Amino acid sequence: MGNEALSADVDLSHVDYPAVQQSPEFQELRSTHRRFVFPVLGACLAWYLAYVLLAVYAVDFMSTRVFGSINVAMLLGLAQVVTTFAVTMWYVSFANKHLDPKAERIRDEIETGVFLDRADEGVVR
Amino acid sequence: MFRFEAAAASPGEPWLNIAIFGAFVAVTMVIVFRASRNNRTAADYYAAGRSFTGGQNGSAIAGDYLSAASFLGIVGAIAMTGYDGFLYSIGFLVAWLVALLLVAELLRNTGKFTMADVLSFRLKQRPVRIAAATTTLVVCFFYLLAQMAGAGGLVSLLLGIGDQVGQALVITVVGGLMILYVLVGGMKGTTWVQIIKAVLLIAGAGLMTVWVLAMYGFNFSTLLDRAVEVAENPAILDPGLKYGVSELAKVDFVSLGLALVLGTAALPHVLMRFYTVPTAKEARKSVVWAIWLIGIFYVFTLVLGYGAAALVGPEVIAAAPGGPNSAAPLLAFSLGGPLLLGLISAVAFATILAVVAGLTITAAASFAHDIYASVVKKGKPEPGAEVKVARRTVVIIGVVAIIGGIGANGQNIAFLVALAFAVAASANLPTIVYSLFWKRFTTRGALWSMYGGLISAIVLIAFSPVVSGSETSMLKTEAIDFAIFPLSNPGIVSIPLAFLLGWIVSVIDNRREDAVKQAEMEVRSLTGLGAEKAVSH
Repeated sequence: MGNEALSADVDLSHVDYPAVQQSPEFQELRSTHRRFVFPVLGACLAWYLAYVLLAVYAVDFMSTRVFGSINVAMLLGLAQVVTTFAVTMWYVSFANKHLDPKAERIRDEIETGVFLDRADEGVVR
Repeated sequence: MFRFEAAAASPGEPWLNIAIFGAFVAVTMVIVFRASRNNRTAADYYAAGRSFTGGQNGSAIAGDYLSAASFLGIVGAIAMTGYDGFLYSIGFLVAWLVALLLVAELLRNTGKFTMADVLSFRLKQRPVRIAAATTTLVVCFFYLLAQMAGAGGLVSLLLGIGDQVGQALVITVVGGLMILYVLVGGMKGTTWVQIIKAVLLIAGAGLMTVWVLAMYGFNFSTLLDRAVEVAENPAILDPGLKYGVSELAKVDFVSLGLALVLGTAALPHVLMRFYTVPTAKEARKSVVWAIWLIGIFYVFTLVLGYGAAALVGPEVIAAAPGGPNSAAPLLAFSLGGPLLLGLISAVAFATILAVVAGLTITAAASFAHDIYASVVKKGKPEPGAEVKVARRTVVIIGVVAIIGGIGANGQNIAFLVALAFAVAASANLPTIVYSLFWKRFTTRGALWSMYGGLISAIVLIAFSPVVSGSETSMLKTEAIDFAIFPLSNPGIVSIPLAFLLGWIVSVIDNRREDAVKQAEMEVRSLTGLGAEKAVSH
């Protein structure tokens, strides 16, 4: 793209992207990412939808008083806030532990030209 | 719920309110001038030189996202319709998980300044850029209109300016200030205004929350009991007061919930904020910050809403100038008198100003970068020309927003905000998700999805009850009725339709997109190659 914003100091014009895409390292990074974000986001959206549907179609259940005047609806609403915070922290720790190191290695190896050299020599496969 | 009406009386001291707001403007102006001294390149102007930290950007995102609708609107809705108002808060918050998990980092890695950068990365540049810039401008315009109209109404309440001419004058002043901030400060100045506003808003709401709770011995249940007593209606604690009245209202709420939860990650002014940080990791950090700040703020709204019901009372709020939107300022007045009212009013103004500035720079960047530099000049504008065009666009957008805001003054603001969210979710989200995650996605699929989502959302709204058919509609009369679509939010129809269009059209499309570009986009988006600082070897 040749722009100043993508602050690449190295020449990336000769990178063979399809080869990188096909490499086992990249495939592993890709599936690690997808195996986390798709199910987790799916579960969160389902949990939110369940909350919305309960609020409109199960008013009696949501109106059940739990502590004093605090009812199920308020507790479930706060539970949505808590799960949002929890999933956020979970994703951050997952990304730091499992995504960043993999991404960093591939990036460093491409930038230093090691990545495809190794692949050509059959070191990787 | 975000409706403001003309009014003649203010509960506080208008001059005190103006003085506090003036102090805010003076302080932020100085900061904007200082911050903008190094604005030279397009990256400086649109993306603040990518110099902000995750924490700073996260606060700015919160400042960009928590609009007057969030603060005044939700507190008022909870005070009047009880629990149903809180459902908005939850939708606005959970939506951030979509941004965090699917969009933020990948977008930071593949784009440069605008949403169109990402969407046109591996598809045909011209048509996709034009489509993405169109949806960006439409979403920003409706959002902008809502905020400007809100400013007029807010003034009527806080400064006691009731007549139309006075309100038009205030809208012009707000618009003029916004043009100045964005023109001088660019993204850097805008970001600082948003950070300061976020701190003030969350601190102000936090102070009021603790104050309200302290009055009831820090027992939330006692506060709720008192709210029920004042409202003489125990149902305000339960869901259903507003959206449980009919089967149609229930479906309508599910539709709104869908638009809220899917719209956030597709709002162009939110997406653009991810480019102001240096790396994807900082983009992640900023979303985490934003989620914490926004989440805590929305918990405050629950206490403030019921606090307003208990301490001010729904009847007083309904009768006050500005209606439900006056709940938060009236609560401030009953807690801390004219001084707290003045402070909270200044915060509310700051809120509108910061959101409006963020929208303006997004729209200007989209026009100058996507339409002018990439399409008209075919990616080769003369040096400096792009930023010049962006600055001129800011002035034009500012003037259009002032005129539109004066015209929309008194209109139902919820309608405009919901339209912006629904249009964003329908027109942008499917194409963002498909181009990041689906190899087979084609240019034709993207165009069908974007234009299909945009047009269906707008047409459905035009034929919905919010535009015609009742006294409370936009046309304000029962005589004209073309509301053949029964729901007031189109999300439940237009969002799945846009996803479906993108999928079907791509599948039946025989043309294949550039596989090498697709590989490049995928590798870049996940590894940050080319977007992160290179290793030094």
